[in-house]
Amino acid sequence: MTGTTTGTALGAPAERREGRQKVTGAARYAAEYALPGRTHAWPVPAAVARGRITAVDTSAALALPGVLAVLTHTDAPRLAEPEDGTLAVLQGPAVPHRGWCAALAVAETPEQARAAARAVRVTYDTAPHDAELTEDHPAGYEPEQAGGQPGRAEYGDPVAAFAGAEVRVDVTYRIPPLHNHAMEPHATTAQWDGDRLTLYTSTQGGTTVRSVLARLFRLPEEDVTVVAEHVGGGFGSKGTPRSDVVLAAMAARHTGRPVTLAHPRRSLPTVVGHRAPTVQRLRLGAHPDGRLTALLHEVTTHTSRVKEYVEHAAGVSRVMYATPNLLSSHHVVPLDVPTPSWMRAPGHASGMYALESAVDELAHALGMDPVELRLRNEPEREPVSGRPFSSRHVVECLREGARRFGWAGRDPSPGVRREGPLLIGTGVAAATYPAMVSPSTASAEARPDGTFVVRVNAADIGTGARTVLAQIAADALGVPLDRVRTEVGHTDLPPAPMAADSSGTASWGWAVHEACTRLAAHPEEGPTVRADTTGKADADSPYARHAFGAHFAEAAVDTVTGEIRVRRLLGIFAAGRILNARTAHSQFTGAMIMGLGMALTESSTLDPAFGDFPEADLASYHVPVHADIPDIEADWIDEHDTHLNPMGSKGIGEIGIVGTAAALGNAVHHATGIRFRELPLTPDRILAGLLSERRR
Amino acid sequence: MNGFGYLRPGSVQEAAEAYAAHPGARYLAGGTNLVDLMKLGVERPALLIDIGRLPLDALEELPDGSLRVGATVRNSDLAADPRVRDRWPALSQALLSGASAQLRNAATTGGNLLQRTRCPYFQDVDKPCNKREPGTGCAARAGVHRDHAVLGHSEQCIATHPSDMAVALAALDARVELYGTEGTRSMPVADFHRLPGEHPDRDTWIRPGELITGVLLPAATARVPSAYRKARDRASYAFALASVAVALRVTDGIVDQVGIAFGGLAHRPWRARHTELALLGGPAGPDAFEGAVALELAHAEPLRDNAYKVSLARNLALDVLNRLAPAPAPA
Repeated sequence: MTGTTTGTALGAPAERREGRQKVTGAARYAAEYALPGRTHAWPVPAAVARGRITAVDTSAALALPGVLAVLTHTDAPRLAEPEDGTLAVLQGPAVPHRGWCAALAVAETPEQARAAARAVRVTYDTAPHDAELTEDHPAGYEPEQAGGQPGRAEYGDPVAAFAGAEVRVDVTYRIPPLHNHAMEPHATTAQWDGDRLTLYTSTQGGTTVRSVLARLFRLPEEDVTVVAEHVGGGFGSKGTPRSDVVLAAMAARHTGRPVTLAHPRRSLPTVVGHRAPTVQRLRLGAHPDGRLTALLHEVTTHTSRVKEYVEHAAGVSRVMYATPNLLSSHHVVPLDVPTPSWMRAPGHASGMYALESAVDELAHALGMDPVELRLRNEPEREPVSGRPFSSRHVVECLREGARRFGWAGRDPSPGVRREGPLLIGTGVAAATYPAMVSPSTASAEARPDGTFVVRVNAADIGTGARTVLAQIAADALGVPLDRVRTEVGHTDLPPAPMAADSSGTASWGWAVHEACTRLAAHPEEGPTVRADTTGKADADSPYARHAFGAHFAEAAVDTVTGEIRVRRLLGIFAAGRILNARTAHSQFTGAMIMGLGMALTESSTLDPAFGDFPEADLASYHVPVHADIPDIEADWIDEHDTHLNPMGSKGIGEIGIVGTAAALGNAVHHATGIRFRELPLTPDRILAGLLSERRR
Repeated sequence: MNGFGYLRPGSVQEAAEAYAAHPGARYLAGGTNLVDLMKLGVERPALLIDIGRLPLDALEELPDGSLRVGATVRNSDLAADPRVRDRWPALSQALLSGASAQLRNAATTGGNLLQRTRCPYFQDVDKPCNKREPGTGCAARAGVHRDHAVLGHSEQCIATHPSDMAVALAALDARVELYGTEGTRSMPVADFHRLPGEHPDRDTWIRPGELITGVLLPAATARVPSAYRKARDRASYAFALASVAVALRVTDGIVDQVGIAFGGLAHRPWRARHTELALLGGPAGPDAFEGAVALELAHAEPLRDNAYKVSLARNLALDVLNRLAPAPAPA
C-alpha cells in the first residue's frame, strides 16, 4: 500500500515543527492560559487512608486574603456518575485512599490558594486500612479482564509439563510502584460561558476529555471545547481525564470565574495513577536443546477500592515464545491505595522484565547463549490466538543487535570480568508491543495558494505528532512537506482517539492519509475532504500485529559501593515503517532511558502505615539524570508490513521501554554472578548481594 | 505560602537585631531549602531577613595560611576556587557531588550547613515527626527509612543531615564563625550539628538569633592529602546513601595527621574519632585501616532496612584511605 504514495516526505528526519516555540517558551501549556479574571485552585488531600469526612471547617481558609471559595463534598456541583470512579471528586464523604481530594480551595493567586488549602480543617471518621500487597492476600481474585484481554490464558497441561521438564527455572520477580512524573503536571484551565464549557488541559486525548466532561456535567458534547495545543508529556497518565479537569470545571462553575488547577508535584503520585507493583512468578520448563515445554507466568498485583485496574504483565507470555503448554494469569488485590493506571507500555514493561529475566536464567541453566535460546523458541504463529503474525522480526533484531554490539564470542561465565573494583557484564532481552489502531476522522483542505491544511484532534504530547502527520499528508498529496500545515489539539477539529497504546500516529495518520489521498485523486471533492476510518481501522484483523525489538546492555558494577553504571545500551527495533527518523529515534532512546530508570533508579514505596508514597518529589523519586545515561543507541530494521495501515507503520512510543530493564538486569547478573530479582537495582541491594555472595 | 515580612538589613549587626526583635524570623540566603520548606508548610516564618546582600561573600586568605569563607559564598564558587581545589580538595569534591549545578549556583556556605533533613516524614505536614512537631512521634522508625541514620540516632529521631559540604568541613577541622547580639564565637564544624537525643527539633548548637558569618579552613589541614567519596542512587542530584571525607598525611609509613568524617549516617557529619585515634601515630596500610574503621562502625545501630549503610561506609572509608596513603616503599 505504501507504493501508492509518491512523495519523499515520509521517513525523512523532519524537525519537530513546534520545537522553536517550545525552547523559546512561546508554546503555551494548560496552566498558562491567563484568561481575564482567572483564579487558581488548590486541592486539599485527604490525610487518612480510609474513612469518612465528618466535617470540613473552611472558616480559617475563607478568612485568608484572596480566597474566593472552598468547595467540599456538601456544596460542590453534583456530577453524573462517572464510569471512572477517580473522577467522582467532592461527591461524597467517603475517603477511598490517602491523597483523595477532600476539599478544594479557590483564590486569586496560586500562593493564596495553597495557603487556603492548608488552612482547611478536615476531620475524619477513620477506618482501619490495608495497603500492603502480599501474594496470598485473602482479598485477591482472578480478574476476568486484564488489559482488554482475558485475565487468564491456558492451554495444554502446564503444571504437569513443568513438573516433568528436564530443565526447570522457577523464579519470582518484584517491581515496585512506579510513577509517570511527566514534566508538565496534570493541569487544566476551565472557563464557563453560560452553559458552555471551555477547557485548556494537559491531555493525551482531547476528544475523550470532551465526551467524559460533557457526560459528567450533563452537557451536549458540542457545548464543551477542549484545547490541548501543547502537552508536556503524559506517559499514559493523561490518557483519560484526571481529577484536575473535573475540579477546575467545578470550581469555575462555583465561582463564576475562570480557574486554573495544576496538580502540585507532591499530589501527582496519589491522584494521577502509577504503574502497579507486580510480583511475578515464572516457571519455564525446557528440553536440554532449549525448546520450551512449559511456560507459566503468574502475576499478582494491586488495585484501589475506587476501580479495578489490572497491570496485565502476563500478557507478553501469550506472544513471545513457542510452547506446548502455557499458563498466563493475573491475580489482583484491592487495597486502600491510590488508583493505579497506565504507565508507558502498561503490562508489557513489567511483564517483559520478568519473562526476559527468566529466559536468561534458563539460558544459564542450559549453558546456552541467551540469543540462541530465544531463536530456538521462535513461534510460527501467535501462541494463544493461533493467528499468523502480520510481521515478526524479533530474530532479525536479535541478530542485528548482536552484530552491532559485538555479542559473538561473549564469555557466558558470570562474575569474571574485573576492572579494578568494577565487575563488567553484558545482557540481552527481547521486546514486544502490540501494533494497535483505532478509528479516527481527519480533514484535508486545499488552499488557493497551493498549500494544504490537515486537521485532526490529535494530541502532540511531545512525540512530534504535528510533524509526522504533515509528512503523511505531504506524501499522500505528493507535495513538498513545507506546503502542508497541521492543526491538532482542539475539539473544533475532526474527532480523534487518544495518544495512547502507541496507536496515535497509526490511527490519526490513517484518516489523514485517506483524506489526502482522496483530495489528491479527486480535487473536485475539495476544497475540504473529510475522512473517517470507522469500519476499517477497527475491522478485525486475521493477523497478530505486534512490534518487536532487542536490547543489548553493558553495565559496570562497583564492588565498593554497589553502584551500577551503564556503559552501553543498544536497542534494535522492527516496528513497521519508520515515519520520521529523527523523532522516532528520540522516542526509542527516550523510552530506553525510562527503562534504565525502571531498572536502576526509579521506585516508589507504598508506605503501609499511611497508604501513600513517601517519594513525593523529583529529589526522592529518582528519574535518571544526564550523568546516568551512557552511550545509548537506537536503530531499526526495515520492515514492510501491508497488514497494518496505509503507512505500514507500527507504534513506537512504548516498545523502547519493554525489555530494557531485563537486559540491564541480565548484564548485572553476568557482571556479578548474582541474580537480583527485585527492582530497582539500587546500591543497597547490590552491596548486600555482593557481601552475602562473598560469605558463601 | 502564608504571608511573611521581608527585611534586607544593611549590616550583620542589623540582621541579628532584627532577628532578636521578631519572633519567628528566619535568615534567608540562597533559599534553596528554606523556600521549599515554606511551600511545604514545614517552615512558616513571620519575617525573612535577607542576608544575601551583606558583605559576607568573600574568600579571604589570612596571614597564617588559613582561608576564611564568607557565609554567602556560593557553593559553586567555593568548589571552583583554586585555593580550595589545591589545598582542601575534599571540600571541592564534596561540594561538586552535592545537588545540581543550578542549586550550587544559588546555595550558600552558611545555608548549606543549616539545611534541614530530607526525611520524607519531616517534609509532610500531615504525618507525625518529632523534628517538625515535637511529641508527635517518629513515622520513619517503623516506616520507610532506607536513607536514615545508623549512628547516634534516638528514639525520637532517625533523620540524617543531608549536606556533603559539611562532611568535608568536619574532616578538615574547619570552624564555623557566628555572630550574635552577645558577641562573636566560633566552633568546630564537626561539633556544630547536634545528635537528635530528646530534642530532634534542634539541628545545631546555634543560639537563637546567631548568624553564621563564615567558615574558617585552617592552615593545619591545608595541603594535607584529602578526598571525598559519595555513594548514591543515581549518578548526580541525589543525597548520599553514605559518604566519607578523609584527610590523611603519612610520613615514613606512619600516620601523622588524619581526619575522617562520614555523611549520610547520622544526624550530623560523623567524625570518626575512634578510627582517627587508632590510626594516629601508627602504621598506614590496609590492615590498619580496616581495623580502625571497624572500631568506629562497631557503634552503628542499623534499623530494619538500612544495615547496608554500615558495609557501604566501611567500603567507602577503606577505598579513600587506601587511595590517599602513599604506596609503601619497595622492600
